[in-house]
Amino acid sequence: MATGPGLESLVDQTISVITNDGRNIVGVLKGFDQATNIILDESHERVYSTKEGVQQLVLGLYIIRGDNISVVGELDEELDSSLDLSKLRAHPLKPVIH
Amino acid sequence: MLFFSYFKELVGKEVTVELKNDLAIRGTLHSVDQYLNIKLENTRVVDQDKYPHMLSVRNCFIRGSVVRYVQLPPDGVDIDILHDATRREARGA
Repeated sequence: MATGPGLESLVDQTISVITNDGRNIVGVLKGFDQATNIILDESHERVYSTKEGVQQLVLGLYIIRGDNISVVGELDEELDSSLDLSKLRAHPLKPVIH
Repeated sequence: MLFFSYFKELVGKEVTVELKNDLAIRGTLHSVDQYLNIKLENTRVVDQDKYPHMLSVRNCFIRGSVVRYVQLPPDGVDIDILHDATRREARGA
């Protein structure tokens, strides 16, 4: 399917993944398949809370099962570096309820 | 396949996709596939103050399985064609 929304164009780019349990994982996309299983390199989790700024936890090489993925976003590095994560406060995202 | 064909007609239009985690993302429909996975361009989250989690994302892929609603532009729907297509689908043609 030539016009399908595959993830080919995002390979080797930094992406931001939102999982079904509301976590946000940022890393470099190394691979994926039809089920949206993905391989992330140099990944870290961004933990949002209302009490303090965003915490970043280093995860490294990660495989995320497609079932667990809500959104895969292309991270705009320029926009991202202009964000002051230490000042950003928010509730963690809600989990997906099917 | 009706909804797949239908969404393909909407490519290029501005839509709002509401997810099953209450996040609503607005953007230009770039593409759809057989699973109704959706790719949006020039995205912004509808309530950015409450959901700043995607502030640095401008293009995104949304997995079809987490979509709750897709809000369409009123002019994106041709009721007559949709009626015909629905009846054809129901007849199994």
